[in-house]
This record gives sequence, structure tokens and C-alpha cells, in this order.
Amino acid sequence: MRNRRRTTLTALAFASPWFLGFCIFMVYPLVASIYFSFCDYSVLRPAIWIGAGNYVHLLHDNIFWTALINTAVYTVIALPVGLIVALGLAMLLNMKVKGMAFYRTLFFIPSLVPLVALAVLMQFIFNGQYGILNVILRDLFPFVHSQSFPPNWLGDPAFSKLVLVFISAWGAGNAMVIYLAGLQDVPVQLYEAADLDGAGFWAKTRNVTLPMISPVILFNLVMGIIGTLQVFTVPYVISPTGSPERSIYFYAMYLYDNAFIYHQMGYACAMGWILFVIIMILTLLSFRLSERHVHYGS
Amino acid sequence: MQLRRLWTPLFIAFIVTTIAYSEYVVRPHPHDNRIHIVYWEKWTGFEGDAIKQVVHYYNTHQNKIHVDLLTISGIENKTLLAVAGGDPPDLAGLYGPNVTQYADDKAVLPLTPFLKKYGINRSQYIPAFWDEGTVNNQQYALPTTPASTALFYNRAMFKAAGMDPDKPRDWHNGNYTIEEMDKDAEKLTKRAPNGQLQVAGFLPSEPGWWNWGWGYFFGGRLWDGKNRITANDPGNILAYRWIQHFTKQYGTTNLSSFKSGLGQFSSPQNGFMSGKVAMEIQGVWMYHYINMYAPQMCGKDPQFGVAPFPFPAARPDLKGSTFSDEDVITIPRGAKHPDAAFQFIRFLESPKGMDMLCGLQWKMSPLIKNEPGFYRNNKNPLAKFFAQQAMGKNTIPPPKMSIWPQYQNSLSNAYDEVSLLSKTPREALDEVQREMQPQLLQWRQQEALRAKAEANH
Repeated sequence: MRNRRRTTLTALAFASPWFLGFCIFMVYPLVASIYFSFCDYSVLRPAIWIGAGNYVHLLHDNIFWTALINTAVYTVIALPVGLIVALGLAMLLNMKVKGMAFYRTLFFIPSLVPLVALAVLMQFIFNGQYGILNVILRDLFPFVHSQSFPPNWLGDPAFSKLVLVFISAWGAGNAMVIYLAGLQDVPVQLYEAADLDGAGFWAKTRNVTLPMISPVILFNLVMGIIGTLQVFTVPYVISPTGSPERSIYFYAMYLYDNAFIYHQMGYACAMGWILFVIIMILTLLSFRLSERHVHYGS
Repeated sequence: MQLRRLWTPLFIAFIVTTIAYSEYVVRPHPHDNRIHIVYWEKWTGFEGDAIKQVVHYYNTHQNKIHVDLLTISGIENKTLLAVAGGDPPDLAGLYGPNVTQYADDKAVLPLTPFLKKYGINRSQYIPAFWDEGTVNNQQYALPTTPASTALFYNRAMFKAAGMDPDKPRDWHNGNYTIEEMDKDAEKLTKRAPNGQLQVAGFLPSEPGWWNWGWGYFFGGRLWDGKNRITANDPGNILAYRWIQHFTKQYGTTNLSSFKSGLGQFSSPQNGFMSGKVAMEIQGVWMYHYINMYAPQMCGKDPQFGVAPFPFPAARPDLKGSTFSDEDVITIPRGAKHPDAAFQFIRFLESPKGMDMLCGLQWKMSPLIKNEPGFYRNNKNPLAKFFAQQAMGKNTIPPPKMSIWPQYQNSLSNAYDEVSLLSKTPREALDEVQREMQPQLLQWRQQEALRAKAEANH
């Protein structure tokens, strides 16, 4: 009996640094941010309770809506693109070909590039005047004499979001590895059975592969929703004001500006909680909608 | 077996010693009977070396105070967080436009009591530079290195285009209008056979640091100083129309691609120094950068010249308009040694301190009276010209409002919309007006609310 108590105490003692850290750095700020979201709070002066003032103000804030819509549009494009690119790559890299370990490494490497370095690199690639992309485009289409060709990708609101989608697909390596693990778990006998039934590549993909890795797809979907809705680093490095025309001004950027540039921490907290609710709803929705399509083992 | 038992205490002893030693190493040694004050400054490179020399001079020429200088990037945010966390430095070198916001948030201490005590006052400074540190009749910051702006033009390119190389300076005894400059800009512009822009005569977006302020050059104002935003003031609309005409002249994609091809400011690929932009608005610091990255442009017959920025022909009263801005020094709230910190400010703001700092940074001094020979010995031959610019009546300081960062972002968005031709100047500026007017009122309400709450406290 005494021994068991001792074991429990030891276990708690070992866990206590984490627990303390969790309480101080996670629980307290979380709870405090709920409170501050109902306050006029600049961090530097005492918080003043203003009820739902921040939330009401958000409803009438055009920039908030611009940032929210930008983020939604970006998510709607980047999320499926990311999922499909990662899944496609994983399926290709799941084939039995010589030197596969090399290819797998090759396709994973881009996701290791730090985000800031990636943003700077992409600014070079997509530079309107000297970017390698436009140099190639000009050489490929020497007969096009339009002044608006090739476009200045990051300086044109019609293209800037698409460039960011491209950049996000660049980092698909992480999701790809998870898919790959899922693909390797699909029992071989299912494919053999399908072969005997005369199934082709598409039939096997649709009826064996996708159902068998559906939990992995769901996982990547949920992580993707959380990640894309919080997109910050790359657009912030490219243009802190979301220029041109706020076309790459995203939710997390406006939240950051409010918190640290405009000294409106209460307002930023309210934005944070709204984003939390949005992510929560979307996650629950994807769980609910996927119930009938996701197969957990046999 | 016994050795094994020793491992744990030895390991713990090692960790404790390491921590204690590293603490000992990083702590300034307080055994010298001096007050140690911590000074955060943002400068790096030659500007950082300048303040290091000044601090070194101060530390070695008296024995009561020791200034520990620390170079900090993103200083405005870090100062904010340090004040909020209750452990700020004793001195923080912020940017001039930060002052109002930080004063309103009570993040910096008013210096007025110190200034009164030591007889430092406005009459000793170029007014524009003193005033940038004033908020609600209290002084919260003093200038460290100031700046004003003017038109830099490439004399060699003027000559090559068959014009008087000093036309911007001498034409009509220094009366150069914006209309005239636009005509010259067109002559200096070069295009490839396919229409691609190769050299731009002038671009309002180069270097792009004052995109918010072109309205002032046309008589516009951004607010009335009280409760009204005046973003869609006729002067501002005129300025945005002028900005838009460059896009119409060069083509949207053509211009935006050209701009994206201009290199970083602090590099030999800089648009002006690499001869891609023939004229641009720049500040007092530019001479040092030209000297560093394009020394061939300096020399006895310099390839560039400087003149007051032109004015609209219809508004001769706006002659000599110049942006005035500065870096400042402040004492953050919660500083441990505000008195000692001010002693250093006192030295820094003396003619000796200012001349050292500004001289080493190749800039003008914010003071009216300087050490003898300051401008004669200044490595920047343009320093005096820029000091005179700042003494004129048409100085344009950044607006003193807490919501200035928001306002500036909103204006930069309008600038985009106008220069990409997606909105007319009036539409874009009306939008800024709609966005910012409620923010201004909200700021006023917030101020009232906070003052009331603090009074109750």
C-alpha cells in the first residue's frame, strides 16, 4: 500500500514540471484571454471591462471581414490542393521502384525548408522582373507582346493568393509521409483479391486504397484546416500589410497587428476566440460528415 | 558500485555550477560603485558603431554611471513587452512615430520634470524635432538622430538626356515645380523595344517609405488634430491622382514588375544607385549609402545632386515641403534608474553628445547650436542642407495619433488600389475615410474610458 502511494507520488513529482508549465503557460493564458476578450486592454494599462464591445466592433470592422474572407478563400483552395498533392505523391512513392528511398527523401526535403527562408526564396522565384519563372515564361512565349505578360505574381491581387497556395503545396512533405505510412498499412491481400477480380488501377484506388487510408485522410484534413486557417509566417514575410490591396492579408496577420502593433490586445483576444470557434465547428463538421466514409480497421 | 553512487550528486553539482557561472558571466559587475543602466538601441552597422563610441566615451569620462548598451531588433515590440512584463531597460531608442502611441499607453515616462530641472527646452532644438516627442504638452522623448527629405537626382542622366545636370536646383532660382519634374521624368524614362520599362525618371513609390504622405505636398492633411480624419481632403485626392498618372503612363503590370526588380535599399542594387530610377525622394542618410555602395557617384564632380522637393505650380506656398522624422530616446515606465538614465540623456542631448552621435552617423544635428565646426567637419556634405530643410515652414512629421499604425496601413492599401488602377483616387480615399473615422472616435472614447478608470483607481 505504502509502496503504491510512493510510486504515485514519484510519478506526480516527475510529471509536475510539465504540469506546472502547462498551467502557467497554457491554462492561465487561455483563461485570461477569454476574460481580456471582453475588455479594453492594451497590455500596458489595466484591463477595463467593456462586455461584448470587442465582438460587436468586429462585426462592423471591414478589415476583419477582408482578412476572414481572404483566409476562407485561401483555405478553400490550399486545403484540397495540399491534400491531393500529398496523397498523389505518397501513392507514387509507394510503388515498388528501384531507389525509392532516394525519391522519398527528395520529395520530403522541401518541407524541411524553414518558412521564412521559403518565403524569401519564393519572392525571388516569383519576382516580376528577374524571377526565374518569368524569365522562362518570356523565353517560352517570345511572341506574346502584352505589357501584362508575364504577370508580376506577388504584386498582382489576382495571383498573389495562388502563389501562396503553391508555396503551401511546397510543404506537402509532412502530410505525404503520414499518407505513406497509411498506404503501407493497407493489407496486400486486399490488392491481390482485387487483382483476381480483375480490378484496374482506378478501381483498386477507389475501392481499396482510399477506404483503407480514410482515417489518415481525415487526420490530414483536420490538421490542414487548423494549419491553413492560421496561415501567418509566409504572407507576413512577403508583405506585413498584405499588399497588394490586402489580397494576402490573413486572419492571423490582423490578429497579430491588433495585439502587437495597434496595442489592442483585448480585440486580438476576441479575434482569437472567434477563430477558435470557427476551427472547432469545421473540425466537428468534418468528423460528422466523414462518419460514413471513414473506416477504422476491420 | 560506489562510483555509481557519486554520479547523481556530481551531475547535480555540474548543472548548478554551470547555471551559477553563466549567471555570473552575463550579469554586469556591480562592484565598481557605479549605477548600471541598460540602454536598448536598434541601430546596427555604422549607426550601431556610432552609438557604441558615444556610450564608450560617456562611460570613460565620468565614474558614477555605467551605460550597458544592447542592440535590439524589433525594439518597439520588445520594449512594449518588457514594460508589460515589468522588466524594461532604463533607456529605449524608439522610432519617432512610436512616441504618441507609447505615451498614450503610458509605456514611457514623461521627461518634462527632468527637462525643467536641467534647463533643456524647445528653443535649443529645431522645432520639428523637439515637437515629435511632445504629446499633450508633455515631452516623452528627445531626438537622437533626425532626418529630413529632399529630391535626389542623377546628374549624369540629366546630362545624357541633354538637360542641365542641375536643373532641379537652379531652374528659376530653385523654383522647380512638380509639373516640370514630371516632364523631365518622362524624358529620363527608358523603355525596351517591347515596351518593358528599363529606367524610370521618377517613381513616387521609390523608396516607398512615405507613401502615406504625398498628400501634404499638394496641400492635403490627414486629420484636423482633433476628432476628424481628413483622408479624402482635396489635396490628398490631387496627390493620389498624381500617383495614378505614373501607372497610366507606364502600364500596371509593367510598372509593378519593374518595381519588384529594384533591389534592397541598402545594397548596390538600390534603384537610384544602380541608375534604374533617375530621381527619387530620399533623406539625409542617403549620402552615406551612396558613398558605401556607389562611391563612383560621389567624388569631385558628383553624379548626383540634391534639391528641395518640387511643389505644385499652383501652390508656391508649399515650396520646400519635407518629411521630418527622427529616432528618439525614451525612459520606459518601470525603469529601475530613471534619474541615472536621464543623466545619460543629458549628456547625449548636449552639443558634445549630439555632435558625436550625429556626426558619426553622417547626419545633421537636431540642435540649433552645435559645437564649432560641426557642419564643416561632417563627413556628409549635405548635412547642413538637410538641417535647413527641417527648419523650413513646410515640415511634414508623422501624424501624432495612437491609431497611426492602423491609419498608415489603410493608406498603404489605398495607395495599392490607386496605383493598380482598381479604384479612383476618390473611391480609395473615401474608403480610408470610412475605415479610419470610426477608429479615431473609438480611440477618443477609449482614452476617456481609460482616464476615468484610472481616476477611480
